[in-house]
Amino acid sequence: MALVPGLGPHVDDRGDERPRWDSKSQYLLSCLGFAVGLGNIWRFPYLCQAYGGGAFLVPYFIALVFEGIPLFHIELAIGQRLRRGSVGVWTAISPYLGGVGLGCLLVSCLVCLYYNSVLTWVLWFLLNSFQQPLPWSSCPPALDRTGFVEECEGSSTVSYFWYRQTLNITADISDSGTVQWRLLVCSAACWAVVYLCISRGIESTGKAIYFTALFPYLVLTVFLIRGLTLPGAAEGLAHLFTPNVQILQNPRVWLDAATQIFFSLSLAFGGHVAFASYNPPRNDCRKDAVVIALANSMTSLYASVTIFSIMGFKATKDYGRCLDRNVLGLINEFDFPEQSISRDDYPAVLAHLNATQPERVARLPLKNCHLEHFLDKSASGPGLAFIVFTEAVLHMPGAPGWAVLFFGMLFSLGLSSMFGNMEGIITPLLDLGTVPRWVPKEALTGLICLLCFLAAICFTLQSGNYWLEIFDSFVVSLNLMVLAFFEVVGVIYVYGMKRFCDDIMWMTGSRPGLYWQVAWRVVSPLLLLAIFLAYITLLAQKPLSYRAWDPRHEQFPLRPEKLYPGWVQATCVLLSLLPALCIPVAALAQLLARRRWRRKEVPSQDTHLKPQDGGPC
Amino acid sequence: MLWLLFFVVTATHAELCEPDAENAFKVRLSIKTALGDNAYTWDTNEEYLFKAMVAFSMRKVPNREATEISHVLVCNVTQRVSFWFVVTDPLKNHTLPAVEIQSAIRMNRNRINNAFFLNDQTLEFLQIPSTLASPMDPSAPIWIIVFGVVFCNIAVAISVLVLSGIRQHRRKDNELPEVDDTEKKCENVITSENGVPCYRLHKNGGRINDVFVTKDEWLTPL
Repeated sequence: MALVPGLGPHVDDRGDERPRWDSKSQYLLSCLGFAVGLGNIWRFPYLCQAYGGGAFLVPYFIALVFEGIPLFHIELAIGQRLRRGSVGVWTAISPYLGGVGLGCLLVSCLVCLYYNSVLTWVLWFLLNSFQQPLPWSSCPPALDRTGFVEECEGSSTVSYFWYRQTLNITADISDSGTVQWRLLVCSAACWAVVYLCISRGIESTGKAIYFTALFPYLVLTVFLIRGLTLPGAAEGLAHLFTPNVQILQNPRVWLDAATQIFFSLSLAFGGHVAFASYNPPRNDCRKDAVVIALANSMTSLYASVTIFSIMGFKATKDYGRCLDRNVLGLINEFDFPEQSISRDDYPAVLAHLNATQPERVARLPLKNCHLEHFLDKSASGPGLAFIVFTEAVLHMPGAPGWAVLFFGMLFSLGLSSMFGNMEGIITPLLDLGTVPRWVPKEALTGLICLLCFLAAICFTLQSGNYWLEIFDSFVVSLNLMVLAFFEVVGVIYVYGMKRFCDDIMWMTGSRPGLYWQVAWRVVSPLLLLAIFLAYITLLAQKPLSYRAWDPRHEQFPLRPEKLYPGWVQATCVLLSLLPALCIPVAALAQLLARRRWRRKEVPSQDTHLKPQDGGPC
Repeated sequence: MLWLLFFVVTATHAELCEPDAENAFKVRLSIKTALGDNAYTWDTNEEYLFKAMVAFSMRKVPNREATEISHVLVCNVTQRVSFWFVVTDPLKNHTLPAVEIQSAIRMNRNRINNAFFLNDQTLEFLQIPSTLASPMDPSAPIWIIVFGVVFCNIAVAISVLVLSGIRQHRRKDNELPEVDDTEKKCENVITSENGVPCYRLHKNGGRINDVFVTKDEWLTPL
């Protein structure tokens, strides 16, 4: 039996008994809550719609089967077997691989900072949803009260509320502006909620997860029922799922499918390893991995049906309004009786007028209204939640209630993902033995939350949104792929495939079959390598730029594309390399430490003893 | 002669009130949009009411208290229900300045709207911007109230959690020293049976009941 020497099954470094899950359902819900996050709501539906609807599901499921599930199984199995957090696990496999754990820890830290800032925005919108009419439904009047604020008139009420009244955004990233006190207090509240739920580790998380993991499903169902009964839902769903098979020839589709699976399952963060380490040793982690990965993908599909039925409703409403505006323009110009031209008569009347009085028609600001144009105007990321969806909610009867439900759902989704992220930080720190035993766990988690809150103040600055986009694009993309690649290689080739299969046999009662062996040995590492190279090539091709919100731009509300200044570009590069660099740096440090230790010790000493805590990085 | 005078008067009137004439304003009503099934038809009586409202607004301007309904001229009424109007001076040879009419209408916009059951969007004066109503500002923004409630709950919950954690720790710390003390007492106490110390029992020939002697080998190892 392959036991790591010197490691008892239920005792961790602090000498206390390792905490355990109260029940299997708590563990499953925690992993599911960590995997299911904001990306399932606002990234997957956008990708599905942008890449040919139903056809996108093909590369998505191929990536799930050959990359997502095998990697997920490795993480759960290794955490459950070695019963330590990410740093401890990789150090135990080989001291030279300690850097992988440290990289995971660093990525979790950085992601915690900006993820909670997104939750701050969600909380702000949630607090503002408890009023009728909703604050983003109308523009505030200008100072002389003869019209609305210019910035609001030029763009739209929701864009104004988001960019000006929430973020108070500056026009350039180098202009940091001041700290927005509203966002600061919301950030404090968010971190307080996170602290409340994780203060006692999985003891408190396990209870909170019942609500935060299940509430979103309830709300999604309510929205689904409401969405499907709204007019225009069918058009939205048809637009989403109409397969466009030609698009599969574009390699970009496969790349995005693979990366989406990867980030959607929250692999290589160390959170799943930490959760699995609190399991009893004999637990069927293979079934858990498959169940959670499939549940995550089903949630994405479920959410996209809901989102797109509502987007279809919004597009139909916008299309109707576009037509009505044109009709009203004609009626007002030619003084026809009120409501004399219906939407269906409009093309015929327009043609007739164009033939008889073209000059007068040409002077009118008539727009070309196409339903597809409005359906295509979907967005991903915060743009979907805070601009597009908030506008859609305005048109639904009982708008404040729907807004409260929607932002409450986003808050629970984000919170359950935060639990996993924080666990990925706290468990390794506890396992490393960096904290003296007399410090209670509540104090440690409190200190970490306080430090994170202070560090995240930079996202409450006026330029915070630009920084958040930087963190979002650069922290996770390359680092996680490198870390995951080393995870697979480390487990299969360093720990040993036979030893790993024996462990799984002991834990689950059956050896991994051919599918798992092929996926682990060949397919997953190659796939990760391919995605990594493709990503780097794509990144190198275009210059680093961002879209700024500048009211003084000539083509406002179009957002001008600006290049990042030099020091910001240096930060981007640093963010994308630092966690991955932990691997070689830690390995090198370990090598040097060993050489020094060997030179000091008497040659007859047993040099095969592995020190308990590895990399001194 | 009288007919000639009549034609001259109507002709001058026609010149004073024309689309895009000097000091003329276009008005557009959207009655069906505002009232739906309760919409009334626009006829000369409604026009008369309109002229009365405009005259009423002008009479409120200093120096124009003598404005009569007949001084307000309406022309080019279309099926849209849109028309042009001007306000002439008592001599009916020139129109009053647009600025004065604008300010008068703006001051009494609400009264004019209410007379026709319409609002700023359905009764449009095309060259006169309406003053927007100031937004309802509650004494404290609602989000702060909700935030206060939420934050107080969180603070209470955290303090309860921390305090209960501290109490648990103290209870554990208090139990451990007691356990140590009793163990030490046990070591120091000499066990005795009926006043006779146990270690002497063997020597004095006392019988030891084998049943109660525990032998380690009888216990199954853990």
